[in-house]
Amino acid sequence: MSKEGKVDCGRRRLVVATAAVGGAGALAALVPFLSSMLPSERAKAAGAPVEVDIGNLESGQMMTVEWRGKPVWIINRSKDMLDTLPKLADAVVDPKSEKTMQPEYCKNETRSIKPNILVAVGICTHLGCSPSSKFKKGADEGMGGDWLGGFLCPCHGSTFDFAGRVYKSKPAPDNLEVPPHTYLTDTRILIGEDKKGA
Amino acid sequence: MATDTHYEKYKSDGSLQGNALEWFDARFPATSMWRGHLSEYYAPKNFNFWYYFGSLAMLVLVLQIVTGIFLVMHYKPDASLNANGIPVAFASVEYIMRDVSWGWLIRYMHSTGASAFFIVVYMHMFRGMLYGSYRQPRELIWVFGTLIFLCLMAEAFMGYLLPWGQMSFWGAQVIVNLFSAIPLIGDPLSLWIRGDFVVGDATLNRFFSFHVIAVPLVLLGLVAAHILALHEVGSNNPDGVEIKKKKDANGVPLDGIAFHPYYSVKDIVGVVVFLIVFSSIVFFAPEGGGYFLEYNNFIPADPLKTPPHIAPVWYFTPYYSLLRAMVWPILGIDAKFWGVVAMGAGVVILAFLPWLDRSPVKSIRYRGPIFKTLLVIFVISFFILGFLGTKPPSYAFFDVIPGAPIAQILSAYYFLYFLTMPWWSKIDKYKPEPERVTFK
Amino acid sequence: MKANNMKKFLLALLFAPLTAFANGAALHLDKAPDVQGDKAALQNGAKTFVNYCLNCHGASYVRYNRLTELGLTEQQVKENLMFTAEKIGEPMRVAARPSEQKQWFGATPPDLSLIARSRASEDGSGADWLYTYLRSFYRDPNRPTGWNNAIFENVGMPHVLWQLQGQQTQNHESHKLELSVPGKLTAAEYDKQIVDLVGFMVWMAEPNAGFRKQLGMGVLAFLIVLFGFAYMLKKEYWKDIK
Repeated sequence: MSKEGKVDCGRRRLVVATAAVGGAGALAALVPFLSSMLPSERAKAAGAPVEVDIGNLESGQMMTVEWRGKPVWIINRSKDMLDTLPKLADAVVDPKSEKTMQPEYCKNETRSIKPNILVAVGICTHLGCSPSSKFKKGADEGMGGDWLGGFLCPCHGSTFDFAGRVYKSKPAPDNLEVPPHTYLTDTRILIGEDKKGA
Repeated sequence: MATDTHYEKYKSDGSLQGNALEWFDARFPATSMWRGHLSEYYAPKNFNFWYYFGSLAMLVLVLQIVTGIFLVMHYKPDASLNANGIPVAFASVEYIMRDVSWGWLIRYMHSTGASAFFIVVYMHMFRGMLYGSYRQPRELIWVFGTLIFLCLMAEAFMGYLLPWGQMSFWGAQVIVNLFSAIPLIGDPLSLWIRGDFVVGDATLNRFFSFHVIAVPLVLLGLVAAHILALHEVGSNNPDGVEIKKKKDANGVPLDGIAFHPYYSVKDIVGVVVFLIVFSSIVFFAPEGGGYFLEYNNFIPADPLKTPPHIAPVWYFTPYYSLLRAMVWPILGIDAKFWGVVAMGAGVVILAFLPWLDRSPVKSIRYRGPIFKTLLVIFVISFFILGFLGTKPPSYAFFDVIPGAPIAQILSAYYFLYFLTMPWWSKIDKYKPEPERVTFK
Repeated sequence: MKANNMKKFLLALLFAPLTAFANGAALHLDKAPDVQGDKAALQNGAKTFVNYCLNCHGASYVRYNRLTELGLTEQQVKENLMFTAEKIGEPMRVAARPSEQKQWFGATPPDLSLIARSRASEDGSGADWLYTYLRSFYRDPNRPTGWNNAIFENVGMPHVLWQLQGQQTQNHESHKLELSVPGKLTAAEYDKQIVDLVGFMVWMAEPNAGFRKQLGMGVLAFLIVLFGFAYMLKKEYWKDIK
């Protein structure tokens, strides 16, 4: 009886050891298959950083460029527009941009590198629609009378201010995402890449 | 195991898992499948080297299906040219090889797997010939097996078109044109197969459809039938004696051992050895010396330019030699037709083996000198036919002995081996089979 | 005993290499030295390729950023090698469009991404073929381009590297190639230039090849360990069987 127990013990140890080694191999073999579903080199090349010239973007104007298949807004905010931001501190969900919806270098009141230039991904953080611009103050563009200008998502009515901050009591949970970007020159922005050593 | 065996349903020990299992087993034959096909399927204990290839064939089948699923995510069956003037299908294979992370490994596994499948299956079939595994009561297993082989050939042939290289294109062109040799319906038939006047986008798309879904479905069904039939009658063994004739008090064959754990642990050893060989090819020689991936197939398909020498992939070459051996018109129908007939008959004749072999014993261990001699010649001639199939018809051994007549003689031998078997297998000497299997 | 011999014989047969009888080689190819481990050589080859080959031939499966695997930085690739694309992730396309080329040359010069694999044959590796081919151009007034090639009869491509190699002519009696007008490089320097170029083309035909082999060693080492365990497990269980 005791002898039999011993044999079984050795056998069980061997089964466990073989299963462990074989299982580790099987797990390792999963890696190639699962990673083959990641973006390929072609997708990465297509999603490479985009260079934009903002030399012609006048104050108060906005332009849209495509980066990784998403609309990226570049808005040259006028003094008027920037002045609305401090007034809204109580009206928006995350006035100080505490959630990481922007790179560290844009964690400020204007959510931008240069105070007037906002670069943001024009995709509502609720369910992925692209908000439309409602820049005019008041009810001119169908907004309420106390509207200070910003964006309205047509799908579920979320509203954002001129820094892409979401208003309270709206379906969208977060501020608009600010993509990594860097100034190559005073008027050329590279969207999709942080400033590197080079 | 035989269907008359009744397995008791799982009884819970009162624990939560136990209850769940009982609930499941009451609604699904889990216990009976486990016991009938694994833990209480009794296989002869004297299996040798040749008995690894059945489980290996299963492994390669799974490997091909899994790698295939991932390849389909990136491959595009499209013969039109991209902006760089390269067919989209061809470019998508290179896309897999270079741009998809780890795509190269998945593709090499699939391309090496195709050749490995045939190596394993040829070994598996040869095992059957050595030990008479096709003999009564296992005729149906063997017939299912030849159907699997036929499906495998169709699967490999259609898969080979997909990379849309020169060999893909011209290989398909030649094989599809074979059908035009059939009298009366030949030309419309090959046109129908191609869906175009040349092998083109339509052909590529239908071959893709067959390769990824239709044939694999049939293949899986046949494999299930093959195994169910095997487990119904039980495995043969190198001695060719029926272990079911001698049973113990519990009805377990005296020379039988449970498939699980004894053969599962043994087959794992075989699987690891196979993987060592397989990995050596995948990682160090994925082209297989030009036999697994042909050099000309790195050139995109060009309907205006045939490569100087085209040959099918190695696993088809013995049968391709049978095809080329027919050079005479018979009954007023040209030789091309008879070539196709020879090639088809070469595969189909295998299915009749159970009824051609009239020897009183099954295994080569107890068979006489005629069988042994003729089988050795058969194997040698199969290899030489395969070798000649990779060469142009003008090939000569050592530049002096012409290959074409040799291929004709060996082709004749191929058929005569089977057709005269009822006679020579009967008159051959034999040793009496033992009562029990030999096991050291 | 006898059965055992027979078994061995059959096994030997099954594993006998198919190429036991090869026909006499049709082409004599010079063996190309292997420079896959030599980054400097591959970089030099890349430079020659971009300067001489890429004008007419594309390498449209190879992305420029892949060249960083040859030990170059993205900046170096952009400045020294990238003339036919704007972004580093783009493939090495030819400067001209395929349809235009067809008008100019009568045929589209083939894409060279895979040339080192497709030129392999029983006569030698693709590298051997390229190495021999690029050194076998000779002057032939009967050809529209003025050039012919000793291993590629009536070749359509002119000798693009002739300023480096000089001009060879074919001796009428021996059919050997002789250098009649020297080029910028000595014969040895030219050969080295071609070795590097061919090395680059071999690399480009399968950029993963180096990693593939490294990984292969690891996989085999793992499988041998697994074999040890599997074998012990089998022995352990089969002790039961008598």
